[in-house]
Amino acid sequence: MSDDTKTIEKLDREQSFRDSLLYKEFIKGFFKENPSLVLLLGICPTLAVTTKVSNAIGMGLSATFVLICSNILISLLKDFIPDKVRIPGYIVIIASFVTIVELIIKAYLPALSKSLGIFIPLITVNCIILGRAEAFANKNKIAPSIMDAIGMGIGFTLALLLISFIRESISSLGFDFSDYGGKFLSFFTDDPNNSKIVINNVEIYSGAKIFTMPAGALFIFGLILAAINAFKQKINSVREKEDV
Amino acid sequence: MSELIALSIGTIFINNFVLSQFLGLCPFIGVSKKLDSVLGMGLAVIFVMTLASMVTYAIYAFLLVRFNIEYLKIITFILVIAAFVQFVEVFLKKNIPVLYNALGIYLPLITTNCAVLGVAVLNIDKNYDFISSTVHGFMGGASFLLALFLMATIREKLDLADVPKPFRGAPIAFISAGLMALAFMAADKSMLEIFNK
Repeated sequence: MSDDTKTIEKLDREQSFRDSLLYKEFIKGFFKENPSLVLLLGICPTLAVTTKVSNAIGMGLSATFVLICSNILISLLKDFIPDKVRIPGYIVIIASFVTIVELIIKAYLPALSKSLGIFIPLITVNCIILGRAEAFANKNKIAPSIMDAIGMGIGFTLALLLISFIRESISSLGFDFSDYGGKFLSFFTDDPNNSKIVINNVEIYSGAKIFTMPAGALFIFGLILAAINAFKQKINSVREKEDV
Repeated sequence: MSELIALSIGTIFINNFVLSQFLGLCPFIGVSKKLDSVLGMGLAVIFVMTLASMVTYAIYAFLLVRFNIEYLKIITFILVIAAFVQFVEVFLKKNIPVLYNALGIYLPLITTNCAVLGVAVLNIDKNYDFISSTVHGFMGGASFLLALFLMATIREKLDLADVPKPFRGAPIAFISAGLMALAFMAADKSMLEIFNK
C-alpha cells in the first residue's frame, strides 16, 4: 500500500516538474524552437563548420558556453543597462566571453582552433546569442534564463551534430577526431584522406567529396528543412482529422 | 596593381563571401525575396564593409599592435562596427536623405551581419596592408551583392513554380543556393593565372 502512495507521489512530482516553467524553457530549444533548424538563426556557423563531427562538437560547446554566460550576466544586469544602449551593451558582454573562449581554445586545442578558424570570433555576431539576450534574458529572472540558454545551446549542438554526421559519413566514410588527439573512426578504412569501400578488389564507393564543400552543405540543409516541414504537415493533417 | 585585380576577382568569384565562405547567410535567405530590397541591402553592405575595413585596419595597426593588446580585437572591432553603423545612419539622415530613405531600414541589420565582422578579422588574419584591406572590403561587399542579386532573381521565378509542398519557402531556397554554389565551384585558382604572367 505504502508503495502505491509513493509511486503516486513520485508521479505527481514528475508531473508538476514537467508543468513547471523551467522545464518548458529547457525543453523548447530541442525541437519545437530549435534555433538553427526551426527558427533559422545562426545558419552561417551551422553550414560552415559542419564538415566534421569534431568541429561541430567544438562549435556547439563554445557557443553554448557563451550563451549561458551572456544570458546569466544580461539577466543580472537588465535593470542597470539603459534601454537605448542595450544592444551595444549586450554585444560587448558577448564579445568578452567570445574572447575568453577563443583564448582557451587556442591554448589547449590548437588544431581545433585552426579548423574552426574565423568562425570562433564570429560567435559574437551569431544571431542565436544576441536573439536570446534580446528576446529572453532581457525580460526574465536568472533561473529561467539559464535553463533557456542550456536548452537552446543543446538544440544548436544537436542540429550541428545531425548535419555534420550526415556530411562526414557520406564524404569520408568515418569520423575524424584528430583535433582532440583522438583517432579516425571508420568501419571501412583507416586513412581519412583516401577513404573508400573495396570488396573483392573492386572499388565500390569512394567518398563523395562534394559534401565537404559549400554546395553539399546547402543541399543537405535544404533537405533536412524539407523533412522537418513534411513531418510538421503530417502531424497537422492528423490533428485536423482527429478534430473533425 | 595586378595583385589588386587578382584579389578583386578572387574575392568575388573564387572566395565568394556568401557561397563559398558562408558569411552573411542570414540576410542572404532573409532579404532575397524581392529585387528592390536586395539592391538597398547590398549597397548598404558594400558601403559599411569598405569603410569598416579601413577603420578597423587603422585601429588594429595604430592602436592594438602599438600597445600590445591584440587579444582585444574582437571586442574593439564589434564596438567600432556597431558605433560606425550608428554614425553612418545619423550622417545619412542629416546630409543625404535620398540615400537614407533607400538604405535606412537595412542599416541596423548590418551590425549583426557576419560578413562585416568577418572581413575585419580576415584582413588581419591574412596580413593585408591598408590598400588590400580596403579593396578586400569593397569586393567582399560586391560579392555579397552579386550572390543576393542572383538569388533574388531565382526566387522571384520560384514563386511561380510548382514546388512540392514540404519544399516551399526556405528549403527550396537553400537547394537553389546549393546549385549556385556548385556553379561557383567552376571558378578556381586557374582563373588567376592570367594575372601572374
